[in-house]
Amino acid sequence: MPILLVEQFPVLIVGLSMFLAYTMLLVGYFNRKLLLPMSLTWNSICLVLSLFMLNHVLTVGPIRYWQGGWRPPWGIEYVDDAMNCYLLVIVISIVILGLIYSKGNVEHEIEEKKRVTFYVLLQLMICGLYGITITGDLFNMFIWLEIASLTAYALIAVAGGRALRPAFNYVIMGSIGACFYIFGVCWIYSVTGTLNFGDMRLLLPLVYDNKAVQMAFAMIVVGVMIKAYIFPLHLWQPDVYTYAPSTISTLMASVHVKVMFYILIRMFYSVFTLNFIRHFIGLDMLICWVAAIAILAGSLWAIRQRNLKRMLAYSSISQMGYILLGVGLSPLSPWGLVAAVAHILNHAIGKGCLFMTAGAISQQEGLRDIRDFAGLGKKMPYASAAFTIAAISMIGIPPTAGFATKLFLIIASFDAGQYPFVAILLLSGLLNLVYFWRVIDQMYFAKHEDTEDVGAVKETAKSLPLSMTAPMLILASLCIIVGIIWLTNIPLPLINHILSNLRLGVTI
Amino acid sequence: MELMTPLFVILCPAIAAALILLSRNHPNIREAWTIAASAASFLLVLSMAPEILKGETIKFMLFQPMFKGVYIGFKVDAFGEIFAITASSLWFLVSIYSIGYMRALKEHAQTRYYFAFCLAMMGAMGVALSANLVTLFIFFEMITVSTYPLVIHEQTPEALRAGHKYFAYLMPAGAFLLFGIMTTYYLTGTTDFTPGGIKSLPTASHVILVMLFFAFLLGFIKSAWMPFHSWLPTAMVAPTPVSALLHAVAVVKAGVFGIVRIVCYVYGVDLMHELNLWLILAIIASCTMIVGSLFAIAQDDLKKRLAYSTISQLSYIILGAALLTENGIRGAMLQIPFHGYMKITLFLCAGAIMVATGKRKISEMAGIGKAMPITLLAFSVAALGMVGLPPVAGFIGKFYLCLGAWAVPSPYGMIFLAVILISSLLDVIYFFPIIYTAFFKKPEGEISGSGEGKIKEAPRLMVIPLAITAIFSIIFFVYPNMFYIFDLAKMAIVDLFGGI
Repeated sequence: MPILLVEQFPVLIVGLSMFLAYTMLLVGYFNRKLLLPMSLTWNSICLVLSLFMLNHVLTVGPIRYWQGGWRPPWGIEYVDDAMNCYLLVIVISIVILGLIYSKGNVEHEIEEKKRVTFYVLLQLMICGLYGITITGDLFNMFIWLEIASLTAYALIAVAGGRALRPAFNYVIMGSIGACFYIFGVCWIYSVTGTLNFGDMRLLLPLVYDNKAVQMAFAMIVVGVMIKAYIFPLHLWQPDVYTYAPSTISTLMASVHVKVMFYILIRMFYSVFTLNFIRHFIGLDMLICWVAAIAILAGSLWAIRQRNLKRMLAYSSISQMGYILLGVGLSPLSPWGLVAAVAHILNHAIGKGCLFMTAGAISQQEGLRDIRDFAGLGKKMPYASAAFTIAAISMIGIPPTAGFATKLFLIIASFDAGQYPFVAILLLSGLLNLVYFWRVIDQMYFAKHEDTEDVGAVKETAKSLPLSMTAPMLILASLCIIVGIIWLTNIPLPLINHILSNLRLGVTI
Repeated sequence: MELMTPLFVILCPAIAAALILLSRNHPNIREAWTIAASAASFLLVLSMAPEILKGETIKFMLFQPMFKGVYIGFKVDAFGEIFAITASSLWFLVSIYSIGYMRALKEHAQTRYYFAFCLAMMGAMGVALSANLVTLFIFFEMITVSTYPLVIHEQTPEALRAGHKYFAYLMPAGAFLLFGIMTTYYLTGTTDFTPGGIKSLPTASHVILVMLFFAFLLGFIKSAWMPFHSWLPTAMVAPTPVSALLHAVAVVKAGVFGIVRIVCYVYGVDLMHELNLWLILAIIASCTMIVGSLFAIAQDDLKKRLAYSTISQLSYIILGAALLTENGIRGAMLQIPFHGYMKITLFLCAGAIMVATGKRKISEMAGIGKAMPITLLAFSVAALGMVGLPPVAGFIGKFYLCLGAWAVPSPYGMIFLAVILISSLLDVIYFFPIIYTAFFKKPEGEISGSGEGKIKEAPRLMVIPLAITAIFSIIFFVYPNMFYIFDLAKMAIVDLFGGI
């Protein structure tokens, strides 16, 4: 069988990303201005490669790459199906926008001498995220998980000062999560003797009754849930998102956590089966209710916050509940998985945009407290407009992306016959309205004094660099475009591929 | 038949909204876009009427979502066309009036105002033309969000509170509506508006159907039925053109339109009878009519009084639909444009009085009729129509409503007939004192003096639109088929009842 070029892309993306990170360390020693263009160029190439992969996956079938030519149960295998490639495209696109955003942001938030380390670590973290997305091996995934997490700890601490304590909290909690994960992997390995997803899926059904396997599953899920800050395992997250550099909180909120969630999805569908979750440990309804509590609790806490970034952090906790609810409903209705998959994209663009605007506001005006935002609509028209659109998407007003998620989740709840979740979802939309609209009110409609001087207003409006305005405007417009696309049947082939690749057994 | 026209009708305000933002530094160009868009969408809407009268239904599918049985698209039938004609024709007049009003008062943030106005009208048109509940919901939410900047336009604490109240009522309503729509979808597999009701809906259990009906009613509290009405008087802090078009026509009529759609095109006449839902709806409407009128009598602020009058009058339409008789539904459908034209005249007059004299309270308006004869004459014409006296259009609407109540084959019919008549009497009580005060009461101080204090008519851009709407209110009486309204209503009845 001839080996296609596109089948080499997974390893190229991961391998060269890591190679680039260390090259950047060398280059940075001589010229630190080159770092961002290097990273940006390579990630743009990655985007093209991943689009080719997506196309290949949708037209031909999953890509399998055997590292070093070793056959799967022994060697490390990279398996990429529609789910991986879909996530990969999202991650790479947001990463590129985040890198563009970092140009203006890093100059403001990161000290000159730390910038080389910052970009090297950032590239390493990106590499880790790509690795998790691409790999098809449970232990290999742990390696990438640690790369993505360790660099994230450091990147948060780069901000210094108040960011140090949250970063340390995150180190502790993240390490506990990683321990849970690796323990679970070890136990499964001890029972099945394999680490490969596909292989495990074949071997595990024979030992579903085994308590070690069930325990392992629980440990992996809890470990990943800590990293994906599912309520009540979220305690490390609000501080981290509040004090991390804006670029990092953007990337953490929009892609880092999605990739963590992707591990959970892989565990549920590709390593274990819904049959196991539903009939052997009976976790699916528990997951749904945990998600429902997360949705409501995150929103309620968000309402209490006055710091914009902290509010967005709690909002993320709530939004992760949407994805988890979708996953939890999926044994009963394929629409649950559709909603989860859709929300991975919708939340990535929406929350990415919101964190970018929050960073821009604190950078240009020095404002963090929502109560001081009066008149911002005039001072920062583009950032405010982007914030408004993304917030409307988060609330779930049609025709934005958030509405599609809400609609799919409601369809899933009806389909599954779980009516309480319909009420919870509708209520959550209203709670989102309460805390997001407060900000919009302050920005546009609150009385303020100091914007009478029109000349000065124009002056400050220009001071936000294009490199920061453009990404958030792109993401804001994506919120609407993606929202409309979800309402059409254009994504149907992709969704059906994902459903069949995750072996849900049904299509929509 | 497939036609692109509905899409163009929606695109007109959408494009205009974008152009308004782009030309924010050139007021004349900015306002020209509004007028051009409103005129274009009116003509486009009107161009569909002859086709519909031939018995065609104009369909346009925008896109097919992933879930089966639903599409996002437009289907223009006679009833939708009536609402679309009403909204678009009045939008044209009000956008002219807006220019006069906003410039006379030197309002701030006019770009935001025109932008939001365009989006709100886009929502109203979309509601009128939408083919099914899902499409209707999308545009319904668009109305809710885009009206917010208009309600709080003044940005005073009072306006902000009004805005919050507005959202506190209408956003949960949106949630109820979405719940109702999804339940309908799960019960029947479709949400298309079908004359006579969705076929497979009656198979569901009666308890669920009754609960679903209440979910829909709560979803359509845009129609301000009591006790969920209080957002409407509060929202009167908005600039007058907004109150006029949105809170007398586009927003509230969208709510009423939704209720009529549910009654006649989702549940259907037979199911409404079977579940006795018509009685519940008619009782709610009757209470709102009477209590709304009583509240109106107590108001001294002219706009507030008009707001309560709107609440009361909207329930005539709901009552007409709830009676489930041919004439009742025809009266309801006719009352949508007729009440629209008359109520908008009243609001435009209130705005003109405010611009010319700065007065909001009725008790201060003694003697202004002599200073502003055209405005007050228009006001009187519209008030006559509200009461239901000839020669104004309101007579025709109420006449059919009474016929409809008469035709109800149970003793309840007489009760509802009595309610309509009593409510009309109450209308007299709260409208005629205004006319009396304005024309015949002697002003306390020297109001129409000379020099700077002299009261004149409002700017011409304001007086002309309100004169036109008043004249149209009379034309609709003489020739109810203006803009094909009467034929369209007949057409809709034929659709619903299968021939008369």
